[in-house]
Amino acid sequence: MTPTRPQPKNPLEWDTFLQGLWKDNPVFVMLLGLCPALAVTNSAMNALAMGLATTFVLICSGLLVSLLRNVIPKQVRIASYIIIIATFVTMADYGIKAISLDLYRALGAFIQLIVVNCIILGRAEAYASKNTPLRAVVNGTGMGIGFTFALLCVGVVREVLGSGSLFGADLFGPRFQPWSVFVLPPGGFFVLSGWLMLFAWVAKRRERKKEVA
Amino acid sequence: MDPNSPMFIFLNAFLINNFVLAMFLGLCPFLGVSGKIKTAGNMGLAVTFVMLVSSSCAYGLNVVLTRYDLGFLRLISYIAVIASAVQLVEMAVKRFSPALFRALGIFLPLITTNCAILGLALFQTAWEYNFVQSLAFALGAGAGFSLALLLMAGLREKLDLADVPDVCRGAALSLMIAGLLSLAFMGFAGLGG
Repeated sequence: MTPTRPQPKNPLEWDTFLQGLWKDNPVFVMLLGLCPALAVTNSAMNALAMGLATTFVLICSGLLVSLLRNVIPKQVRIASYIIIIATFVTMADYGIKAISLDLYRALGAFIQLIVVNCIILGRAEAYASKNTPLRAVVNGTGMGIGFTFALLCVGVVREVLGSGSLFGADLFGPRFQPWSVFVLPPGGFFVLSGWLMLFAWVAKRRERKKEVA
Repeated sequence: MDPNSPMFIFLNAFLINNFVLAMFLGLCPFLGVSGKIKTAGNMGLAVTFVMLVSSSCAYGLNVVLTRYDLGFLRLISYIAVIASAVQLVEMAVKRFSPALFRALGIFLPLITTNCAILGLALFQTAWEYNFVQSLAFALGAGAGFSLALLLMAGLREKLDLADVPDVCRGAALSLMIAGLLSLAFMGFAGLGG
């Protein structure tokens, strides 16, 4: 009965992973990081790349902030976090440029704008600065996957309706008339709004079922 | 109109490619501070001012960074410049209008993480604007942001009285309205072309 014995399951870490994925999904529930969620989701590929880049920055900055949490003085913490985040964003920026120049052009300044994505600073301030490195990484991974998932949800709908393809592969053949407003800016607002309504509707239904039971 | 003339750049950022409604920059304050027309107007003014200051600083900084081939430091130094500009505005507002300072509250320091401002600095670098063009761009972007914010605030004040379905109450409805506004702004495409 030693207190240090590892638990059979690690409920806390699993919980913090799932939190970002579903219960506190950064885009659909907390409404953070909307700018990239709308600006680069006109195709599924862009959405995926943006999600992965953000996940990379989330995990790395979470790890570093958590490692340095006892070193950084409280007064300058936000500035330090921003510097840490900006460093990793610069890395991601150069990385994407090296991997695919087309993708880099499609995403444009929005890769560098990851710096001001409130999800990352929010995680650094609210979670990574108060928890161990392992938990910060798990939490960052969950949040990152949740963000990527949300981006894909928007991106897939916009690409299928707006250009009749998915990840660049043609879906409906040449006779499909693309509903092009969905790849234009208004479509981003409409699709995200539609997803929010869908989730609200599902939540309402579940509540009502509980009341009946 | 010449696409490089300051007037065209101003119109482009103000109406045709509105920062909020066409380029999706600065959505957080757009959805967060658009509850009341008065606050929205003040927020627009503060953002425009920060944009002007940070845009001219970023221009000077970029000249120095390019001169010494330090492009990889661009992002970090821009962020630092913006943070200091916001601090400056915060002190000025606090000194000259304490009432406004209280009304803006947390959204004043949060201008630092407003992607419209960093986006402005990054775009003006990417498109290689000169100093006058950068100023016109900043002014247009600020005016465009204020316009979108004011329109949204006006609509939302009216909306408080409307009876909407439960499902789309809150953010979903705001986004739907933003979509319609964005659709309307697409009508400006080709203006001055």
